[in-house]
Formats: sequence, C-alpha cells, structure tokens
Amino acid sequence: MNAHPSSPSIAVCPGCIAAPNTAAQEEEVKDAQIALSLPTIHCQGCISAVERGLNAHPGVHNARVNLTLKRAMIEAGPDMNAADLIPVLARLGYEAHELDPAALTVTGADKAGRDLLMRLAVAGFAMMNVMLLSVSVWSGATDATRDMFHWISAGIAIPAIAFSAQPFFRNAWSALSVGRLNMDVPITLAIVLALVTSVWETVLSGEHAYFDAALALTFFLLAGRYLDFRTRAIARSAASELAALEVPRAIRMVNGAEQEVAVAELSVGDLVLVRPGGRMPVDAEIISGRSELDRSLLTGETLPVFAEPGLAVSAGEVNLTGPLTIRATAVGQDTSLHRMADLVAIAESGRSRYTSLADKAARLYAPGVHILSALSFVGWYLWSGDVRVALNIAAAVLIITCPCALGLAVPAVTTAASGRLFRRGMLIKHATALERLAEVDTVVFDKTGTLTAGTPELTNPGDFSQHDLGIALALAQATSHPLSVSLTKATLAQGIKPGDVSAITERPGYGTEGQYQGQQVRLGRAAWVGADQDTQTAVWLAIGDAVPRAFHFTDALRPGAADAVKALQQAGKSVLLISGDTTGAVETLAKRLGIADWVSEALPDDKVARIKHLGDQGHKVLMVGDGLNDTAALSAAHVSISPASALDAARVASDIVLLGQDLTPIAEACDTARRATRRIRENFRIATVYNLIAVPLAVAGLATPLIAALAMSASSITVSLNALRLR
Amino acid sequence: MQVLTYLIPISLTLGAVGLVAFIYTVRSNQYDDPEGDSRRILSDEWDDHPKP
Repeated sequence: MNAHPSSPSIAVCPGCIAAPNTAAQEEEVKDAQIALSLPTIHCQGCISAVERGLNAHPGVHNARVNLTLKRAMIEAGPDMNAADLIPVLARLGYEAHELDPAALTVTGADKAGRDLLMRLAVAGFAMMNVMLLSVSVWSGATDATRDMFHWISAGIAIPAIAFSAQPFFRNAWSALSVGRLNMDVPITLAIVLALVTSVWETVLSGEHAYFDAALALTFFLLAGRYLDFRTRAIARSAASELAALEVPRAIRMVNGAEQEVAVAELSVGDLVLVRPGGRMPVDAEIISGRSELDRSLLTGETLPVFAEPGLAVSAGEVNLTGPLTIRATAVGQDTSLHRMADLVAIAESGRSRYTSLADKAARLYAPGVHILSALSFVGWYLWSGDVRVALNIAAAVLIITCPCALGLAVPAVTTAASGRLFRRGMLIKHATALERLAEVDTVVFDKTGTLTAGTPELTNPGDFSQHDLGIALALAQATSHPLSVSLTKATLAQGIKPGDVSAITERPGYGTEGQYQGQQVRLGRAAWVGADQDTQTAVWLAIGDAVPRAFHFTDALRPGAADAVKALQQAGKSVLLISGDTTGAVETLAKRLGIADWVSEALPDDKVARIKHLGDQGHKVLMVGDGLNDTAALSAAHVSISPASALDAARVASDIVLLGQDLTPIAEACDTARRATRRIRENFRIATVYNLIAVPLAVAGLATPLIAALAMSASSITVSLNALRLR
Repeated sequence: MQVLTYLIPISLTLGAVGLVAFIYTVRSNQYDDPEGDSRRILSDEWDDHPKP
C-alpha cells in the first residue's frame, strides 16, 4: 500500500456550517443526500481519511466512499450542502467536486443488470447440476438409472429455463410479432425444441436427452448479454458522472437578496446574478453590470465579446470579468442551447441506418439455420417415416448450430476493447461506435476547445521592456480575466517583478487602470485604451499618452494535439480543420499542426453540410468537436468524439467521450477499433468452422448430446479467449 | 446404487445453498464497490468490534 501525502487531522470549521441554504431549508426536513466525486483517492488510507474526516464533521450522519467509482455518498442533516464539505476534504488533501445526485440515479439500469445476473446465476447452477448427471449418463448409466437421471435433469432444467431464458423468449416474441427474424428466434426455437424432444425421449426411456445442452446454451448466451450490458453500464455511469459534475444551480435575486436555486426552477422574468467565471443558465438580457463574454462553446470564436446592459445573452456563454445581473427571457426547453440540442435528434436519424456486424451475421444466419433444420427434419421423416427420429435430429441440428459463439463473439470483443480504451481515458458510449470507428478514413477537427485547450498563451513578451512588463503584470494581477491570468503567468515565469502601480481599479468589460509615477496606465480592450481593434486576440497596454501597444495571444494547443494529428495522417487518414473562428487564427493553427485542408468562419450549418458532403462522396468521417456549434456536425458524422470539457449537448451527441486532456488516444482508438473489428470477424469465422465440422454429423444423425456439449463449450471458450487477446 | 439416494439430494442441496448465497449477496449490494471492499480489509478501524 502506498502512503498518501495527507495528514489525518480532522478539521471542523464552524464558519462553514453557518452558511445556511435557505432553499433547502424550506422544503426538506429529511436527510440531504450529497454526492462528491473524489478523483484522487486510490488506497485504503484515502478511504479511511475521507470517511473519518466526513463523519467527524457535525451534521454528517453517514459517509461512505466507493473506491471503484471514486465517489463519496453522504447522508447529512437537511441544512448541509456540498459546499460545506468540499473545504473539509481540501484540508485533508483531497480534491472533491460536487455531483448532482439527481443525475446519478441509475437505479433503472442497475435493476436490469441485477436481473440479468440473477438469471445467469440460476442458469449456471442448473447447468452444473444437470451436467453432473449427464456425465454419468455419458459414462455408461443405463436403464432405470439413466431414466431417473433424465427425470431429475428435466425437473431442474424446465423451471430453470422457464426463468433464465425469459429475455430471449421476450425478444423473439417481439420480433416475430412484427414479422421479423432476429438472433433470438433461432435461440428460442433451439432451447424449446431441445426441451420438448428431451422430455419426449425421457418419457419413452430414450437414450439421448439434451437438457444440459439447453441449459449450457442459455448460460453462455446470458453471459454474452451480461458482458454487453456491463460494458454499456460502465460507460453510462461514467457519462452520467460527467453530467452530474455540472450541478445546475443559479443565483436568483429576490428583492435584493441572493438565493441559490436549481436552474430548473427559474422562470421567465427572474433576475439572475452571474458571477465572473459562471455560465449563463438561461437566455436573457443584461440588466446591469459590465463584463466580457466568452462565446467559444457556442460559436467557436475565441475573441471575448463586450457585454453591457441591453445585450441579449444565450445560455451556455461564460461571463469573464464583472458580475452581471440578467433578466431571463427564455428558460429550460426554450433556450437556444436546447433548440440546438434538438437539431441533433434530426441529424441522428441518419446514424441508425448503420447495421452492426452482429446484425449482418444474424440476418444471414437465422434463416439458414431454420432452413437447414427444417430440411433435415423433412429428409429424415421421408427416409425413416419416424417423427420421433426426425424431430430428434432436427433438434440436434438446431442445438449444434446454435449461436453460442455468435452470441459471445461481439460482446466479448467489445468488452475487451472498451475496457482497454477506458483505461486510456476514452469512454465508448454507443454500442456500434467501435465498428464505425474502424471504418474511418477522414477526420474532421474543430479548433477551439478541441485542438486548442481554450486557454490563451502570450506570444510576444519580447516586444516589451522589463519595465513595461512590470506595469502590465501589476495591472493584470488585479483581475481574473483569462487573458490577464495568462499574461500574469507568462511574465512571472520570466522573473518579472510587478511595477509600483497604485490605485488599481478594475473596469469590468473594459480592463484595469491605475496610476504609475503620476501617469495613468491602462490594460484592456483596444477601444478603451484608444487603439484600433485587431483581428487577433490581444490585450492593450497604454502608459500615459504613449501609443498603446498590444500583447498578442494564441490559443494554447491541447496536449497531444500535434501527435494525434500526425499519427492520424501517418495512418493514411485525411485530416481536416473546420472552425467557426476567424481566418487568421485558424490558418496559424492549421500551419502549426500541418493540416493542409482547413475552413474558417464556418457556421454550424456549414459544418453539417461539409460533413454530409464528405459522407456522400463515400468517406467515413470521424468528427471531433466540443462546442454547441459542433453538435449537429457530431451527429451527422459517421462517428464522433468529444472531450469531457465539452458542453453537455455535445457529449450527448457524440459516440465517444475523451475523459482526459490529452488527444493522443484518438489515433490509438482508431487502431484498437480496427483490431477489434478484425477479432469480431475472426470470431465469426471460428464459430463457422465449428459449425462446418459439427453440422454434417448432426444432419447425418451421428451427433450425441456429448458431441453437442463439446462443440458448444469449445467454440464459446475459443471465441472468448480470442477476444481477450485485445486487452 | 443405494448411495445415489443420498448423494443426489446432497449435491442438489449444496448447489441450491450456493445459489441462495449468491442471490443474497447480489440483493444486499455487495458487488457495488469491489475495489474498495478489497482494500477495506487493511483498515484498522472496527477491528475490536463490528461497526454498530
């Protein structure tokens, strides 16, 4: 066990408890459920420290850490909220983020998983017991002993299958009732026919009974279903955690008093306070305050927009410098954010046309098996004139061809591949995402927030003297504007000391100003300091009456962006850059990354149109984007990836979510996806080979239950082992 | 063959006991945090008496 650099001190902060949550107090008397995400916990020491610290905090009734999910669930008094507990954990040395308990409710999915697991357990239990009896029959039990064993087997198998195989029965029925065939139809037919002939044989003291085969079939197929479900459930819970990290809260102003409420409770006409760094919860009009707005998530522009009373703002924009009071004009489903998200639903319909490999296989397989087994029934009936023999052989054919290996072939591979990618920080959300990713030949990147980290980087500190940089630093330190923060970081890194600037005041929306040796100094927007607006991202420094000069910024590259682009190009894929940002910014970035093909100032519709056009030309497009302006494009593409920092709507629209900052896993994911598809095809081939050997035996009437059991287990195990090679 | 009259019921009972135990563990959420549970054994809290 590794030691963790945390002190076991238990801090109790009376100031934290003093802050009451008025909204919660009014409604709730019962315990509050608080969920915290703890990304840094990793050992027993962490579990103990966190639980001890939280439980010692007054008001907390019970806290329990889940290390698998890196989460703490806390039952606390009604007046507690997460903001009280996060500092407690911070003092212990743990990073904590609030999770929205409402977004975490996965009870529905949980129940389905538990249900499948229960059926799997029953099938497994029954299979092992029946197998035990079958082995004695195969090894020579005869007459009354054999009949008794068969009867006991029937007694176990019939109720076990009636319970365990229900998912297959239900799926088969729902397919048949609309006149379609799916994989579950031959499965159901094989299970039912095996049971019926076996019972018939048992009644007549026959030699062969397939109870063990029917149960093994159910067990292996349920195992495939469960694997499939687990993979999806892990992705779902990680995705819901991402959604839960954005707790939808807003500060409503009621008669001058601040009130923290859920965004869902806001209505049109409410006054809402948005602090610097906060996101607009609703579409609104600015009532008071001056600031700058970052619209990059909505439009892709990196240049902040000046905000003053009267300006209309959209939900999702980020307030940068000064507090703003806004009056809501549209809330919830009516906001532009939501209307954009609705576009996604329309674009998505194109994707559902994709048929997965499993479906393709089932389409070939299901009719083939039915025809083969029907033919052997008819053939044997005509030849021998005995219904019992003919039915026995038809059942043997169905059981032996039954898609055990086919049922495991896809889920075993996707589980292994998704697990591998999850460890590299990629979340596969969609079932067929891997197969689609494997076909990709064109990659389209968005710029802002995808290839770039969304944090500005100073490019020209060399243009200024040490003296001027000192003044700029002094002014920049006074504000939390992203450009100033970046300027501060860059100048401090050069060892610059802040200049002796006095009377520094921040003018939200414009910049900061102060007095330096009797002169007025300003750092801020071009128009405010008396310079001409530039197309580049810049902040201007004016000292006294001297001509203002600009600090230029570029958007810092996301780690791994250059590597990812290079790796994709080396893998023979064409890489495109389509951005809503200005031509200058896009061109610089494209040159830096070696992307020859780029488009700037693209509107959301342009992006969709380009991607559709590429699709029409026969290209399989992978779209990587994060903004609201990308959502429609993300859904129009063959397959899509968005970073975890993307807006909720963009994450929902994409098939794969990149959990870390690094972009390098994208190239690797394409490779893994290709290998996974190859494994799936291999698995299909393995299953076919087994069938090619066993089916003639079955049709010829030479198959015994022993051969059926061997073929089934051997093919299932080979297929699973082949899938494991991917890990 | 007399022995079968004991052995078959015994094997079925043992199997059923295993099944019931498994169903109990699933129902009581014992698979929610496999990683955390495997580490909790190292904790020295509640070593003297179980958590009330």
